[in-house]
Amino acid sequence: MLRFTLNRLTQSIVVILVVFSITFFMIRLAPGDPFASPKAMPPDVRKVLVERYGLDKPLAVQYFTTMGSYLKGDLLPSMSYQGMWNSKIIKDAFPISLIIGLSALGVALGLGLPAGIIAAVRKNTWLDYGPMSLALIGICLPTFVMGPILIAIFGLKWRLFNVAGWFEKTDWVLPAVTMGLIYAAYIARMTRGGMLEVLNQDYIRTARAKGVPGWRVVLVHALRGGLLPVVAFLGPALAGIATGSFIIEKIFNLPGLGQHFVASVFNRDYSLILATVVLYAVLLVVVNFLTDLLVAWINPKVRLS
Amino acid sequence: MSAVLDVKDLQVSFHTRNGVVRAVDRVSLKVGAGQTTGIVGESGSGKSVTCYSLLGLIPQPPGRIEGGTAMFGGLDLLKLSEKELQKVRGSRISMIFQDPMTSLNPYLKIGTQLVEPLRLHEGLDKATAWKRGIAALEEVGIPEPAIRMEQYPHEFSGGMRQRVMIAMALITRPELLIADEPTTALDVTIQQQVLDLIKDLQKRLGIAVVFITHDLAVVHEVCDVVNVMYAGRLVESASAADLFAHPRHAYTRALMRSIPALQKKGEPLYTIPGLPPDLSHLPSGCAFRPRQTPDRQALCLTDRQPPLQEIAPGHWVQACPGCVEGGLPL
Amino acid sequence: MSTAVIPATLAPVIRPGRSLWQDAWARLRKNHLAVACGLVLIAVVLICFIGPRLSPWNPEVTNLALKASPPGTMETLADGSMAKHWFGTDTLGRDLLTRIMRGGQVSLMVGLVATSVALLIGVAYGATAGYLGGRTDAVMMRFVDVLYALPFMIFVILLTTMFGKSMLLMYMAIGAVEWLTMSRIVRAQVQGLARQEFVEAARSLGLSTAVILFRHIIPNVLGPVIVYATLTVPAVMLLEAALSFLGLGVQPPDSSWGTLIDDGATNMETSPWLLIYPAAFFSITLFCLNFVGDGLRDALDVRGGKD
Repeated sequence: MLRFTLNRLTQSIVVILVVFSITFFMIRLAPGDPFASPKAMPPDVRKVLVERYGLDKPLAVQYFTTMGSYLKGDLLPSMSYQGMWNSKIIKDAFPISLIIGLSALGVALGLGLPAGIIAAVRKNTWLDYGPMSLALIGICLPTFVMGPILIAIFGLKWRLFNVAGWFEKTDWVLPAVTMGLIYAAYIARMTRGGMLEVLNQDYIRTARAKGVPGWRVVLVHALRGGLLPVVAFLGPALAGIATGSFIIEKIFNLPGLGQHFVASVFNRDYSLILATVVLYAVLLVVVNFLTDLLVAWINPKVRLS
Repeated sequence: MSAVLDVKDLQVSFHTRNGVVRAVDRVSLKVGAGQTTGIVGESGSGKSVTCYSLLGLIPQPPGRIEGGTAMFGGLDLLKLSEKELQKVRGSRISMIFQDPMTSLNPYLKIGTQLVEPLRLHEGLDKATAWKRGIAALEEVGIPEPAIRMEQYPHEFSGGMRQRVMIAMALITRPELLIADEPTTALDVTIQQQVLDLIKDLQKRLGIAVVFITHDLAVVHEVCDVVNVMYAGRLVESASAADLFAHPRHAYTRALMRSIPALQKKGEPLYTIPGLPPDLSHLPSGCAFRPRQTPDRQALCLTDRQPPLQEIAPGHWVQACPGCVEGGLPL
Repeated sequence: MSTAVIPATLAPVIRPGRSLWQDAWARLRKNHLAVACGLVLIAVVLICFIGPRLSPWNPEVTNLALKASPPGTMETLADGSMAKHWFGTDTLGRDLLTRIMRGGQVSLMVGLVATSVALLIGVAYGATAGYLGGRTDAVMMRFVDVLYALPFMIFVILLTTMFGKSMLLMYMAIGAVEWLTMSRIVRAQVQGLARQEFVEAARSLGLSTAVILFRHIIPNVLGPVIVYATLTVPAVMLLEAALSFLGLGVQPPDSSWGTLIDDGATNMETSPWLLIYPAAFFSITLFCLNFVGDGLRDALDVRGGKD
């Protein structure tokens, strides 16, 4: 366990370093720079800005000074939002993305798991066909189609929720449901597949031969094995939800981190791009580590080493 | 002798897209108290389906129990609801299966699985059940049982797992144990140990055993009574001693001829020609006819299914003139 | 719940004398839904690539007098005849149907090009790792693991900013991040095959590694590769649409289904048809691609793509 953690820690550091480096150089290779647009800037103002952010120095120097500040926990000031620190921007915006992401995951698991389990147990009945057809539709409706549909129904027609923005206590609902429904579809399909495979195993027959009641066969004997593929999918799902926030936040006009990331890419805000990308990388690494722990906890055959 | 289990005219079929498969066709058998009753046949002969249907373990649909009775301690197993059957399974009738590698749940501790019947059927608390579990492992010859209880199936060898299965089946002291090819998947050396264990426990606990196998050598070693099944029907039934001394049905004789140990060295191994028939398109008359030698085929019944007939005390055989060796008494 | 025995005679009857592909084709044909989806896909492709030639409208010519007019609006053509805007017009008065067809060309091409790139890299990489095995394999797959851990959507976005001006390069950038799963699948297949007797036999005959790889192994991994490639097409189309929706993908005056849906979502309240039609085209295409992929998976008897 300790060795596993240490191993993963070094691996994670490598991943984050790679992300840091690739991002750092890629954005500088992209055409344009933070002060190129939109309106032409007087050359002397531009010169002051370029010098203030150290963009006139050689790339290698920039790279290592940036890394130095990151190691000290300093995420540097933003280049497009004058006078704003990246850490402050993230602190304001990230909680919004986090709330929506986590509630989307909640919706996805809350709908997907029961639907998948019931569909597997009642295979080839309407309890299987119904949810699974819905799931198929869910998979083929991207968030940027599902979102406007939900807005049209719940926002415009029934006026239950705000159409966009982040003002009221209920503003998380539509974005979270939009994203959650799509992942619920994936999770339902995966759960059904996993459960069906397990329910055909010999050890389920053994359990039934022992006189274990039907619900207990499903929940105690089949669920663990059946959920393994779903648990393994949690890492990619959370990554998808994190990057999915770019689109969700645009649809619902939420001041979350995704919006800032997309804006920073447009603005070539080198420092804000780097800060958000590194944050996402750290998040993903942590999530992947947690899912591995979860898999090992469920499956005794997996040794953490 | 009193019968623990008395099955009469059991009929099970599977309704598939390719037609109705008569997996078990009017099979009757008795399991005497304290006895080991063998059911022998090739794969697909219906021997497993017979036992699984008694406990409600066949998938329904496509499976369907079409008729018959199975009296067990005053209960007709075939009439019980799923809930009532659950109370019988693992408590009064237990099963062990062919492949110990896949029959234990890989995600649960051995101990948890082992004591589950106790917790379910006897309502024991965890600590008491755990203690009984340790004793049960000891009984089947697993060293360091207390440690083994905490381990998972992948930490056990095949033979050890089958011992666990046996311990799990017997932990509630059932009246009947159904063993479905319990040694087939094991190494030859382990097979003997497991057979000895089953025989030993049966003597000590005085339980009745139904032993399903395709291996006549195993039958010879453990069974008191033998039922030979072919194409979903019983073709011969007799005490083991009688059957091995005087096999009457052509199929039984053919099975015996194909035991390698009974053949002379250097001679090619005898195999029964042909394949078991397709159960969804059974020929009318004797099911074994297509695999008989041509001169015998001519004698086989073609118009009706041969009935079982008692040709010696306790020795029943499917009365097909082409198949019964030495002819039929009138 | 279905456990317990099924008599051996219920097992499918083995039909001799048919190749894997004939068998797969027969099974696919029986899957009516997959066949229907395949036909719909062909129809969509034909509409997108032939439709614009038959359409009386030029998707780039604006007509502010007829901006955002609902489906069925008539307009007088240059030669004086009347023609219908079947799906209405967009906010600049351009014919929506023609724009959807043009946008479809872009979206479908992205699917094709990016998948081909992913296919090429993934198969070559996975086959090499799986065949060579040992340390090389371990290092190569470790690298894939590291890449997997990267937030790849972000890298697509960064790549598109670099290649934003060239659409082809952008397609390739998408393909360049989608090859990971493909390489894993191919590697797993090759690893299994490399240990089998016919490969041993080929090696004992003195065939070179390259010959063994291309003659004996790659044909055998074709099934899973085809299945996964079919399923990659909707994935990359989705990615492109997402990028375009964010304004990072296809740039005006070009359009793809993603940019059209973006336009539609903006004007959803006033002109819902601007969202409904492109979204329907896009979703139906994704739906059909997924179904054809699933059908192929069943027909070719390929087990799940994970692990």
